[in-house]
This record gives sequence, structure tokens and C-alpha cells, in this order.
Amino acid sequence: MKTPANEATDGTLAHGVFLFLLLFTLWLLLTGSIDPAELIAGAMVALAVTLISRPHLNIFTGLRLTPGAILPFLSYLGLFLVELIRANLDMARRVLTPSLPLQPALVEVKTELQSPLGRLILANSITLTPGTLTVDVLEDRLVIHWVEVPPGLTIEDATRSITSKFERHLKGFVK
Amino acid sequence: MTLTLLEIIALAILGIAVLLSLLRLLLGPAAPDRVVAADTLSVITTSGLVVLAALLGSPLYLDVALIYGTLAFVGVVAIARAIEGNGS
Amino acid sequence: MRLLADIVLLVGAAFTLLGALGLLRMPDVYNRIQAGTKAVTLGALSLILGIGLLYPQWWSKLLVIALLILVTNPLGSSTIARALLIAGVKPWTKTPTTAGKERES
Repeated sequence: MKTPANEATDGTLAHGVFLFLLLFTLWLLLTGSIDPAELIAGAMVALAVTLISRPHLNIFTGLRLTPGAILPFLSYLGLFLVELIRANLDMARRVLTPSLPLQPALVEVKTELQSPLGRLILANSITLTPGTLTVDVLEDRLVIHWVEVPPGLTIEDATRSITSKFERHLKGFVK
Repeated sequence: MTLTLLEIIALAILGIAVLLSLLRLLLGPAAPDRVVAADTLSVITTSGLVVLAALLGSPLYLDVALIYGTLAFVGVVAIARAIEGNGS
Repeated sequence: MRLLADIVLLVGAAFTLLGALGLLRMPDVYNRIQAGTKAVTLGALSLILGIGLLYPQWWSKLLVIALLILVTNPLGSSTIARALLIAGVKPWTKTPTTAGKERES
């Protein structure tokens, strides 16, 4: 695990520009107007916030800002939406079955993602996918509450069935 | 705006959902269960505010929903920190 | 358009109800978090989508609200679950399993 100081020096100018564009887009969405005065005010506020927060805000340095990152990001979004809907149908089935088919337990899985941002996105994805809830992140291990654990399970099996499908796409756009 | 039958049914279902969450909030049995119920209730309220904006035809309530959602999240994190502190 | 929006709204309300029902029926607090988070998140998203179909001119602010819910709701639930685990709330099990390990710290 890198120290915070290392993370900060790893941040490039591209990450600063990314933060600025993110804030500016948020401004555009919130005001919902393309009046020149609004645009100038938005750009100034976004720039000021970027300059003030950039030295302290290290989470976005985990992003890979290359053109090749776009495709994995889009395929990740698609997979995420499909999994979100599957998770809800699965949960609906469990809730509506009178006998409540549950066999819950805590399992630990390993992740290959190095950056805090990557682990954050992975943890959030796991929480919204069928039958799993991220409880804690300890270095490269995620503690997961699973509603129905298949019998005779090792860490490798758990990792394969929970994290691998997301990691494959996530690795393309976060470290 | 005048509501269609489907919209009235949707509002009724949403109302029942709020009541069920409130029931969990009242029943407990322990503090954590109430926190989870309050968390769920806050998300239902956020989407409820969006529905209210549509019912009243006023986009002002969208800003209310946005701020409410943000504050509810900060509140949940604060309560979680408090629970953590009690255990250790 | 109105009919499509109404159906999406109805689906959203139904998932929200399922989430609340799960909150009520599940045997322990971790399972309640699971049921609550998942179903209510999708329910809120489809409610917002339905309102977006009724009022297309509000799309930008609705998008921000949807993203806010999508990011903060699972995060909040994980934070509560983590706090409970640290505070020593044991997950409910039907039969004792060896897969669950205590948090080491």
C-alpha cells in the first residue's frame, strides 16, 4: 500500500484537468443553462475549487486517463447495470419466498486493484450485485457478507465468482 | 397535473413502502436495525421529493431532494462512526 | 410517452416496496442492509427515470440526483455494516460455517 505522500506526487497535470472538467460539468448540470455569464462564473468556481483541493484530494490519481480507458469504462457500466437488475430480481425472489432461502456468512476475497479509487468502485459494485454486501476493506482483502454461500468454498473460488467479472473491466480504467 | 390510474397506484405503493420502513424503525429491535431503517427511509424520501416535484410541477423541489440526499448521507456516516466508537 | 413513464414509475415503486418488505422480513441486520440497499437504489433510479420521462426538461438535475443516490447509498450501507462488524454485531447464520472470519485488527 502506498503512503498518501506517494499518491500525491503520482498525480499528473491530467488529473487536475480531469477534476476541473468534472466540477465544471457538475456546474453545468446543476445550473442547466448555457448563458455566457453562467459559463464564466462556473469556470472560475471550478478552477478555484480545483486549485484549492487538488493538493489534498488524491482519490482521482487512481484513474488511468488514456484514450484506451474509455472502452473498459463503457463495458463496465453496461455490466454494472445488468448486475444491478439481476441483483434486484434475486433479492425480490428471496424476500417473496415464504421460507426465506438464506445461508449467510462472511467471506474474504482478494483484489488486484491497487488504488483507493479502484477498491472503492469495486466495493460499491459488489454491494449492488446479487447477494453480496461489502462490509470492510482491509488492504487488498474485501470482507463480504454473502446471503447464500455455496458449501465448501475457498478464498480463490469466492474471488473468482465475486470480483473477477468486475476487475476485468475495472483494470482498464483504474489502477 | 391530473393523475392517471397507474400513477395513483404507484403513489399508493410508495406510501406502503414508507409505512413498512417506519414499522422497522419502530420495531427495532436494536439500535442498528433502526439506523438501517432510517437510512433506507432517507433514500425513499429523496426519491419521494423528486416525485413531489413532479406532482407540484415545480423544479424547486429537485434542489431540496439533492440537498436532502447529501445531508442524509453525511448523517448516516456520522451515525456509523458513533456506532464504531461504542464498540472499541 | 405518458404510459411508458407510468410503467417505469410503477416498477420503481414496486422495487421500493420490495426493499421495505425485505427490511421487515430479513432475520438479521446485515441481511436487512442488503435487501434495503439494493432494491431501494434501483427503485429510486427507476422513479427518477419515470419522472424524467414525464418532465424531459428536468433531465440535468435528475441525472445529478440519480448519480448521487447511486454513489452514496451503497457507500452508506457499507459504512454502517463496517461499523456494526467493528462494534461486534455477529451475523446471523442458519448453521455454523467456517467461511466467516473475525476482523483482524
